[in-house]
Amino acid sequence: MVAGVAVGLADALGLEPNVVRCGFVVLAIASGFGVILYGVGWALMPDGAQGAARPESPRGDAVATAAFGAVVLGGLLLVRAVGLWPGDVIVWPLAAALVGLALLAMRTTPSATTSELPDWPLLRRVPPDAADAIAVLVGTRRGALARIAAGVACVVFGLAAFVVSVDSWRALRGTLVATVAVVIGIALVVGPAVSRLVHALVAERRDRIRADERADVAAHLHDSVLQTLALVQRRADEPREVVRLARMQERELRAWLLSGEAPAANANASLGATLEELAASIEAENGVPVEVVRVRDCGIEGTEPLLAAAREAMLNAVRHSGAAAVSVYLEVEPEQVTIFVRDRGHGFDTEAVPADRGGISHSIVGRMTRAGGRASVRSAADTGTEVELVLPLAKAVESP
Amino acid sequence: MTTAPRVFLVDDHQLFLAGVRSELGDVVDVVGAASDVDSAVEMIRERVPDVVLVDVHMPAGGGARVISEVAKTHPDVKFLALSVSDAPEDVIATIRAGARGYVTKTIGPDELIDAITRVCEGDAVFSPRLAGFVLDAFADVAPAAADPELDQLTPREREVLRLIARGYAYKEVARDLGISVKTVESHVSSVLRKLQLSSRHQLARWASDRRLI
Repeated sequence: MVAGVAVGLADALGLEPNVVRCGFVVLAIASGFGVILYGVGWALMPDGAQGAARPESPRGDAVATAAFGAVVLGGLLLVRAVGLWPGDVIVWPLAAALVGLALLAMRTTPSATTSELPDWPLLRRVPPDAADAIAVLVGTRRGALARIAAGVACVVFGLAAFVVSVDSWRALRGTLVATVAVVIGIALVVGPAVSRLVHALVAERRDRIRADERADVAAHLHDSVLQTLALVQRRADEPREVVRLARMQERELRAWLLSGEAPAANANASLGATLEELAASIEAENGVPVEVVRVRDCGIEGTEPLLAAAREAMLNAVRHSGAAAVSVYLEVEPEQVTIFVRDRGHGFDTEAVPADRGGISHSIVGRMTRAGGRASVRSAADTGTEVELVLPLAKAVESP
Repeated sequence: MTTAPRVFLVDDHQLFLAGVRSELGDVVDVVGAASDVDSAVEMIRERVPDVVLVDVHMPAGGGARVISEVAKTHPDVKFLALSVSDAPEDVIATIRAGARGYVTKTIGPDELIDAITRVCEGDAVFSPRLAGFVLDAFADVAPAAADPELDQLTPREREVLRLIARGYAYKEVARDLGISVKTVESHVSSVLRKLQLSSRHQLARWASDRRLI
């Protein structure tokens, strides 16, 4: 409600947040006990619990909810026995009405979205009518209806009980007015201070989060950009090396900015991401920029021969072509994947390379043919070299 | 070209401004430079250059705002966007604001001059990466395209873009497809028009993310 204590507690207990809120409110009306509990909860709540990763949906476990209800009820009876009690006539109807509201506000639990019964062996032996009744209880679609009906009934009952007991309400009025006056008075006196405190707490928490973020960014910049700048200064007389460092840092920083984290090796990476990592490492080792342009993407499984051939082609281009840069183009279509590796280097005579030896015939053409694809090389002295790799996709692994 | 194109620079990084100025100084006529959106708009209106080199990322609206503000009064001024960013939404948003080309800041001086000349002559400048983004955005057949003229690429346009994405210069594209450089240019300009006017949902979403619509 205010500080997310109810949500936090609900997460910890695996309950509906609304059930927990309802419990707090009932206890608060009864005696102020709920307010105290809420405050304690707030103080104890771990930092950042609010908004932390939560389970997709609370369990909505009927037993846990019932247990929590029993605890609240116990609390009520306790404060009643102690004597901090505005009167049965007020608390019970209000409690009933609140329980009704909570029932109405309760989120639909996952099981309620399926109208099928869980497949428990026990249920198969139950006659259909009884099975329906169980379905209502475990929370099927009909269960949701029943929940709404019960909620409405509780609200109506609560209000009705309140109205019916209007006589005793008159009798109580004097006490109640006095209580309200005292509460308002206290609120006026303490209110501003409390509000200031709350604001200060919120501001402090926000500042702390911001400071943490700043520290993260600073740490990252220090490890990456500042280190690279230092290296660049020391190697100012080696232009090629400086360009290599700058390119490497640019790639890394861009990946960090776009994704919010450092690029990490991932077993389930996409073909495009893997190709880009490959290009980046070849670029870093050889100091020749390798630009990758990709159109759509797919999973990496089944494309390993293609990646290996592309790696070989990129290595050939950066090592032997003499070109200042290498262009790589990846396009994934529903039925095939195509990679082009192109350089504007001095090219070579494709006929002059003996068919039985050399990197190209074995590691590129042979590899692609074995994998059911094909590879072709075009090369000329004036235009440079382009290697085309095509791999048919066995099944539709494409992802948009 | 009988006269050198008159070029205006907009970038909030002084260092970069100085660098570009010294690279271009001999070949083009740099008529001015500005480092924020408002003074850029004012000075461009006053000096009316042929081509504006504009940085995509700047405070107070960025390059896209400079482009749309100037276009209101001077629709003939042409824009070439320069950026360090390769994020597709930046590229697409800037093109849709009215830029006739997009190059990254790592471009070499010769290529930059070539791009400026091309934009000045009314052509579009697509880097390989931009061509890749466009192929991506127009990849699937639009379901019930509102305007098939604008929402889909022709097979020929696709071929041209594919070659540009593979790192081919316009001249090489023309040779490979057996067409003239002029025809390549007209295909690219037509793709640029589609990029600016199409309502395909990817383009619309990218643009609306940057509040351009």
